[in-house]
Amino acid sequence: MELFDKLVYYLSYPLVQYALVVGVLIALCSSLLGVTLVLKRLSFIGDGLSHVAFGAMAFAVVLNFSNQMLLILPVTVLVAILLLCTGKNTKIKGDAAIAMLSVGALALGYLVLNIFPEMVKSGNVAGDVCSTLFGSASLLTLSSKDVWLCIGLSVFVIGVFVFFYHKLFAITFDEDFAAATGVKVQAYNILLATVIAVVIVLAMKLVGSLLISALIIFPTMSAMRVFKSFKNVIVCSACISVVCALTGMLVSILFSTPVGATVVAADMVAFGIFALIGALKG
Amino acid sequence: MAQLTCENVILGYEKTAVTGCINLSLNKGDYLCIIGDNGSGKSTLMKGILGLRKPMEGKITFGDDLKQNEIGYMPQQTIVQKDFPASVEEIVISGCLSRSGLRPFFTKQDKMLADEMLAKMEILDLKKRSYRELSGGQQQRVLLARALCATQKMLLLDEPVAGLDPETTEEFYELVKRLNREEQVTILMVSHDLHAVSKYASHVLNLVKDPVFFVTKEEYLKLNQKGEEVSDGTV
Ligand SMILES: Nc1ncnc2c1ncn2[C@@H]1O[C@H](COP(=O)(O)OP(=O)(O)O)[C@@H](O)[C@H]1O
Ligand SMILES: [Mg+2]
Repeated sequence: MELFDKLVYYLSYPLVQYALVVGVLIALCSSLLGVTLVLKRLSFIGDGLSHVAFGAMAFAVVLNFSNQMLLILPVTVLVAILLLCTGKNTKIKGDAAIAMLSVGALALGYLVLNIFPEMVKSGNVAGDVCSTLFGSASLLTLSSKDVWLCIGLSVFVIGVFVFFYHKLFAITFDEDFAAATGVKVQAYNILLATVIAVVIVLAMKLVGSLLISALIIFPTMSAMRVFKSFKNVIVCSACISVVCALTGMLVSILFSTPVGATVVAADMVAFGIFALIGALKG
Repeated sequence: MAQLTCENVILGYEKTAVTGCINLSLNKGDYLCIIGDNGSGKSTLMKGILGLRKPMEGKITFGDDLKQNEIGYMPQQTIVQKDFPASVEEIVISGCLSRSGLRPFFTKQDKMLADEMLAKMEILDLKKRSYRELSGGQQQRVLLARALCATQKMLLLDEPVAGLDPETTEEFYELVKRLNREEQVTILMVSHDLHAVSKYASHVLNLVKDPVFFVTKEEYLKLNQKGEEVSDGTV
């Protein structure tokens, strides 16, 4: 009962409510994108793009941009489009390309921050790097503007998903066939890449790049253990993701554990359960 | 007028040509077998005809009311498809996308067409099943049903019987033959199988270089016989 009282007490704070709303929405969006990404063998794009975003941020800091987003967002969108649209026809395969970009951007960003430490306002380079990996603004410092931005974005992502659902299925399952029947594969890939990049840049600030990757991969993999049609996998992965995000956040509030890591732990437990169900079903 | 004409077509990647110079012309109801070693550019030619790759040289033209996006395509199976979570129904109806434009859902007609094609492929009972749990032969029928949802004028089949056992292979060939004979669907099929050529094809395109040639089946069988006689003579 004591725990329950504590929970009610915390939930009465607007900041906690904001955190829950934003966390759930980000979990929902990334699980929707996750199904397509995992099936296109691009599971690590979340990781890669958030490191690219970090690299871009480092340059924005050093070049003294007043609004860092003006550099971060275009760079990340561009890289996402490059990764998604070149597809199978490149000399460097998708996973290798992502790994190279990811590590390269992280290293380059860290390098310029260390070469020009006087430009880093917090004066703590290592701390800045750590916060991109694990989320900077702890979820509890969100303003109502952040929350509305996040709601708007989620509505957009879900809208794109519902409206283009059948096309996304077709280009995920078989890009060549879709193109042959006149689906504008390239246009949809650019749309998808833009959505992914925007979600990742925003989510990275809130929850960190480690959590983003987990949110993209785990719910999809869990759903795929049990469900066998595309639609069911998507619906199930969205549900898993939302439930795990909520559970993780509540646990982290009650026991003051780190939010991101707790949510990932919840996703891992869910994966274990679904793998077991899948095995039992045969 | 011919449905499909290739004039001096050369296909390749970046600056390297993969195929020799291809000339061919097909009419409605023809059945073309494309033969050639691995890497001779059979799949590349399919992509050229579908408009997924521009020819480096030459011209591919369509006639007889056929537009480029009215070709049904059955790709060579990729590893990605094999463990994809999708029901048979979802895959087959995705063939209808060419007609749906920006509309976000499928119409009743689309659904009826998908059912009709499933029935034609004799897999209506598999409709709700998961694609990745089907046998190789059943998977090929699903992909053929999808191609038929996209068009009923011309089908491109890229090694459709690879990995099938002899009995399933024969069933699949019969299915394609029925489409070809009864509904005048033009067939372009990649196959290594000389038996299939002599039994089903009306034309043969040989992509092995020096020279690439396009002939009717009768001419091809004659050429083949001669080749055998010559090699017999030298032994
Ligand atoms: N995306 C690609 N980029 C560059 N070269 C390719 C690509 N795809 C195939 N090739 C090359 O083109 C040649 C023909 O390939 P393909 O048409 O798949 O042959 P086939 O289907 O007859 O076995 C091969 O030598 C292959 O290495
Ligand atoms: Mg091939």
